[in-house]
Amino acid sequence: MTSLDTDLSPAEPPRLVVFWRRYRRNRAALLGLVIFVIVVLMALTAGLVDPGDPLRRAGDPLTPPFVDWATPLGTDQLGRDVLSGVFYGARISLLIGVVATLVAIAIGVVIGALAGYFGGWVDDVLMRVTEAFQTIPNFVLLLTLVAILGSKIEWITLAIGIVSWTAPARMVRAEFMSLRGREFVDAARNLGVSNTAIIFKEILPNALPPIVVYASVIMALSILLESALAFLALGDPNYASWGNMIGQGRAVLRSAPYCAVIPGIAIVLTVLSFSLLGEGLNDALNPRQKKQ
Amino acid sequence: MTDTPPILQIRDLKIALPKGADRPFALEGLDLTIEPGEIVCLVGESGSGKSLCAGAIMRLLPEPHVHVAGGAIRFMGEELLGKTETEMRAIRGEDIAMIFQEPMTALNPQKTVGWQLDEVLRLHTRMTRAERKARAIEMLERVHIPDPASAYNAYPHQISGGQRQRVVIAMALLLSPKLIIADEPTTALDVTTQLQILKLIRELQEQEGAGVLFITHDFGVVAEIADKVAVLCKGEMVEQGPAAEVLNNPQHAYTRALIGAVPALTPPPVKPVTQAPVVLKGIGLKKTFAARGGLLSGKRKAVVAVKDLTFQLHRGETLGVVGESGSGKTTVSRIVTRLLECDAGKVELDGKDLLACSPRELRAMRKYIQMVFQDPMASLNPRKRVVDLIAQGPIVHGADPDKARADARKLLELVELSPAAATRFPHEFSGGQRQRIGIARALALEPKVIVADEPVSALDVSVQAQVLKLLADLRDRLNLSLLFVTHDLRVAAQLCDRIIVMQKGEIVESGLTAEVFANPQHAYTQNLLSSIPGRDWTPPSFRTDAA
Repeated sequence: MTSLDTDLSPAEPPRLVVFWRRYRRNRAALLGLVIFVIVVLMALTAGLVDPGDPLRRAGDPLTPPFVDWATPLGTDQLGRDVLSGVFYGARISLLIGVVATLVAIAIGVVIGALAGYFGGWVDDVLMRVTEAFQTIPNFVLLLTLVAILGSKIEWITLAIGIVSWTAPARMVRAEFMSLRGREFVDAARNLGVSNTAIIFKEILPNALPPIVVYASVIMALSILLESALAFLALGDPNYASWGNMIGQGRAVLRSAPYCAVIPGIAIVLTVLSFSLLGEGLNDALNPRQKKQ
Repeated sequence: MTDTPPILQIRDLKIALPKGADRPFALEGLDLTIEPGEIVCLVGESGSGKSLCAGAIMRLLPEPHVHVAGGAIRFMGEELLGKTETEMRAIRGEDIAMIFQEPMTALNPQKTVGWQLDEVLRLHTRMTRAERKARAIEMLERVHIPDPASAYNAYPHQISGGQRQRVVIAMALLLSPKLIIADEPTTALDVTTQLQILKLIRELQEQEGAGVLFITHDFGVVAEIADKVAVLCKGEMVEQGPAAEVLNNPQHAYTRALIGAVPALTPPPVKPVTQAPVVLKGIGLKKTFAARGGLLSGKRKAVVAVKDLTFQLHRGETLGVVGESGSGKTTVSRIVTRLLECDAGKVELDGKDLLACSPRELRAMRKYIQMVFQDPMASLNPRKRVVDLIAQGPIVHGADPDKARADARKLLELVELSPAAATRFPHEFSGGQRQRIGIARALALEPKVIVADEPVSALDVSVQAQVLKLLADLRDRLNLSLLFVTHDLRVAAQLCDRIIVMQKGEIVESGLTAEVFANPQHAYTQNLLSSIPGRDWTPPSFRTDAA
């Protein structure tokens, strides 16, 4: 006999398990995760690897790598240890990546959500502002902001966040515009839920997957922006950052290329890991790929 | 008859599904024969494998994931499965034609109707340009398109849905195919158009002597058109026979359950509800959709969705709002719940005008009028657990969260779902179960009025019957007042005490369901009622445990 409609299908495994299964399918994303974990470990263990100040003199200037075991990756022209620079640099890069991304996403979500949900003149005003920001090249705006605010690490992070919010804002707006017409939003309104709760509790969780994916791109971009600033000697000189190291290594590029190449490799791998991570997240969070 | 081979002969057809699907074979051991001049209906619920059967004949399956795993498909005595891709291409279109469900997507929006008809002839025949045009226009005439010459030059979006389906049929019949496969060709159409298209298919098929494989889920349509019926259940053919036999005297339990679930066209007994107090009253409602023209496209005409609508809903009564697409019935449901702002008029809920409320008052008033939506998947937030979905309303209106969740679990029991459902997410349920959750959510606030917008139109017929029964039960037990919007007159006949019939935003007729059905006054209502597919066939009633 036909089964009754009320019989339930067997329960699904918890969401995290499903998520991990889907993420695991993408080999490149696994590689990205591994590199990311290594970078995080480097940031966490920087103090153990070299308990001192990474900017202090650790050996003879311009010792090549793999010669002296006190400084395994060599030293730069001021005798600073490249290995501890790379480890401490991971801290700065990750810190800037995470905080700047949070700033950018926070601004972007609020502006995009308001514009997308309310539409009409709110949308017009907010989008004109967004476009005004978008017409100025990112890096030029960043240079201007740093010139005004000064090159303390907090200001640099904030400035990077401020120049990166436009893309997530537009994306969130598009998501909200398509989601606000969905019936579950009407259903929530019909229950008497307030606008604020609809925006943040009903629509936002549904709009999150593409935002999370895009966050990984912003993180990679923020790290690159910070390195570019440091390369132009506009970074915070009190911290060993990868950009600073490359900027200073530039002077001895012909005689001791490793001073610039090693932090360069660190940047490449970190940015690569974020972009692979983003791809994996996209696969895992994108429900259209559910069946295959 | 005996010496000509049948047009189509399917023997023991097996279609394999990819690993991890709910069953290894989409179709298993299907036997089907279509003789010349015969319409064979393949009936089944969603997921029964009926569309894949059409794909297998045309070799349009999404291979290699889904592929034919065994059996034989003989067309005019020739085996199709062994043919090369080139041979198949010649057969497709020329000997076997297909009519799809959605005519808008089956036609290329960038090309005129004439160009698309012309292309078929250009690819398959050696006619000259003038001959092709003459043939195309002749074909448009045969499918009864008004003014074929102008339709020839029209783009698909410039003609109506029914006419588009006529164009698709004209395209299918241009080369006089021996076999026509129609995959739910009328599901996307209104009832009156549906009847015309069904008649057209019948008429053309008789002229051409072609065989038709007609795929549908609707037993009304089967009763209207079929010579023979084959019933599919989860990939297995459970019953096959002449239409009259299967429809009136089904043998297999599944067929009985399906037919038993078809709502009969007999309205419920008249209840003395008109004496009960009025809970909801609409007075002079108007809504016009102003189309905002683009910078370059110029102004478009505003669309009047509802003009001057007045109605009353008594306590404990079910008022049906019926009409075809574009009649403004969905707009009514949105205005009454104020999901859509109205241009003029009043909606009085227990004497208080809902449309004049401030946003704060409105949020409080929403408690009294709740809605069940058409698409249960779209109307449940996919990121929330069922218990939170149901408890959300009471929590918003100030109930204690723990108590609201406990109540939500009780409501699940009321809509006949297991308590285990509470902690799950909406995607883990079937369509009917989701609609039960939607009903539970509407009930959670103990509203005075429930507005239901096509709550069962997205469901399979057997599930639809169960959900309708639940709604009727709850209405009687909780003394609910229902405003029930539907396009399906069978469903309206089952559930509604009174109905109002809408056409182009206006009420053309209203009254007790029994009276309107027995003696329709307005020409439009008469037309609607006479277009219900299979209206002359009364489904035999069985006592089954599913219905």
